[in-house]
Amino acid sequence: MGRKRDILFAALILLVLWEISALLLKSMALPEPWVVLLDTFGKLADGSLLDDLAISSSRALLGILLALFTAVPLGLAIGAEKSLGKRLSPFIYLLYPVPHVVLLPLIIICFGIGNFSKIFLIALIVFFQILVTTRDAAKNIHRNYFSAMQTLGASKWQIYRHVILPASVPKILTAMRISIGTAVAILFFVESFATTTGLGYIIMDSWGRADYVGLYTGIICMAALGFSLYLLLDRIERRICAWTQTG
Amino acid sequence: MLKVKSAGLGFRHGSAVNPVLQDISFRVEACGSCAIIGPSGCGKTSLLFLLAGLLQPTAGSIEITGNPRSGTILQNFGLFPWKTVGQNIGLGLVIQGANRDRVHRRVEQLLDEMGLVGFGEHYPGQLSGGMQQRVALARALAVDPEILFMDEPLSSLDALTRERLQNLILDVWQSKKITTVLVTHSIEEAVFLGKRIIVLSRRPGRVLRIVENSEAGCIDYRQTENYFHQCTELRAILQGEYDGQEA
Ligand SMILES: Nc1ncnc2c1ncn2[C@@H]1O[C@H](COP(=O)(O)OP(=O)(O)OP(=O)(O)O)[C@@H](O)[C@H]1O
Ligand SMILES: [Mg+2]
Repeated sequence: MGRKRDILFAALILLVLWEISALLLKSMALPEPWVVLLDTFGKLADGSLLDDLAISSSRALLGILLALFTAVPLGLAIGAEKSLGKRLSPFIYLLYPVPHVVLLPLIIICFGIGNFSKIFLIALIVFFQILVTTRDAAKNIHRNYFSAMQTLGASKWQIYRHVILPASVPKILTAMRISIGTAVAILFFVESFATTTGLGYIIMDSWGRADYVGLYTGIICMAALGFSLYLLLDRIERRICAWTQTG
Repeated sequence: MLKVKSAGLGFRHGSAVNPVLQDISFRVEACGSCAIIGPSGCGKTSLLFLLAGLLQPTAGSIEITGNPRSGTILQNFGLFPWKTVGQNIGLGLVIQGANRDRVHRRVEQLLDEMGLVGFGEHYPGQLSGGMQQRVALARALAVDPEILFMDEPLSSLDALTRERLQNLILDVWQSKKITTVLVTHSIEEAVFLGKRIIVLSRRPGRVLRIVENSEAGCIDYRQTENYFHQCTELRAILQGEYDGQEA
């Protein structure tokens, strides 16, 4: 497939640029890519990074899923039900721009410093991104579609099932694509303290020990995590959104 | 079987009411056919919505005896782009709770009748305009309606495709004994398909004239003297209405 080749080619160019910068900079803070890649493969092969990779992946994934399964139904309802939208939109308007990261102390007080707090913070931030997009998507569905459902004698639930949800799915997927980037960034933030597992910890720990190769290995793994989530999403999109490719 | 008694409709704009239809009265016999024609924006779609029960009249009444099953084709078809052709056609039955087998059989049958064999898995966006019209017709027919409401189902088609589909509608009306109500802006279509033609005035729409056109109902009507005569007469009536209007 042409797209795969393009992505490989882009990766190659980035590696070359990295190599050139490393050679020019001659700094410990930027090791050469092949050193880092060797280190990464070594650590993956001997299994010393697998636990951290697994735990970070599950934190990110669970956070996103938690957000998805709460934000989508709520967003659809707020978008589709005028009265509900009217009542709840002002709250969203006020709460959305708040930098939710600042709620971390509160979350830790409520849920402790364990995994759940980390997942919860990721979910909270991604929640709003998905909520707002879903609401707008559900609000802007052409009324022709509702008339058509009415002529077929559909119930409210059937209208959600056959029109409101499927019409909003493409925008929801776009929101999720943005959310993956956010989730990985927040993941790093929540793993950078009060934990001894996860890629974020690996990065901070290596940095503290001035182990720059280890630091970059952590970064590579984190990037790979985000990238895998993108690929997964692409897969899902091709499966459930075939109609958007038909013009 | 369908009786419209001095029906009126107004849309509220703030405190003012914007009249769209005034004092509309006519009737359509069981198994009859009726064409509604009038200048753009005169309220044809609104009238069809009243007849199909999607809107309630703000004055007068609409009586349909015997509570017949109805099928409706909306202007711009109202097909769901996220559903395949087969899913679109079967939706009415799915909504009624028909089992999978029955839906499947009915869809196959309609694909065959409408000349859409092999397109069941396509999305509407992949079809030509004429094929989309046939899908819309198939979807309306899937529930075995006794009365069929159509809003400009054949606009935006080339002349020959249009005639072929007019023949198809004629066939549906005649062979399945379905009462048909057709909104159109084409004089020829109204004369070919409407045993009774309701001519509406400019906005707010009133009944300008009811033309009896009892010879409609066979394919060869297009080649007869009388057909041309009726077209000419209808054109004259409409001409008068358009003359009073700037461009
Ligand atoms: N939901 C609505 N709310 C307010 N006004 C409406 C609504 N629907 C239709 N109208 C108004 O009613 C008038 C008639 O519209 P309608 O769509 O019935 O005309 P039409 O004869 O079908 O036009 P066309 O030939 O372009 O399809 C228009 O002026 C339109 O602005
Ligand atoms: Mg119309």
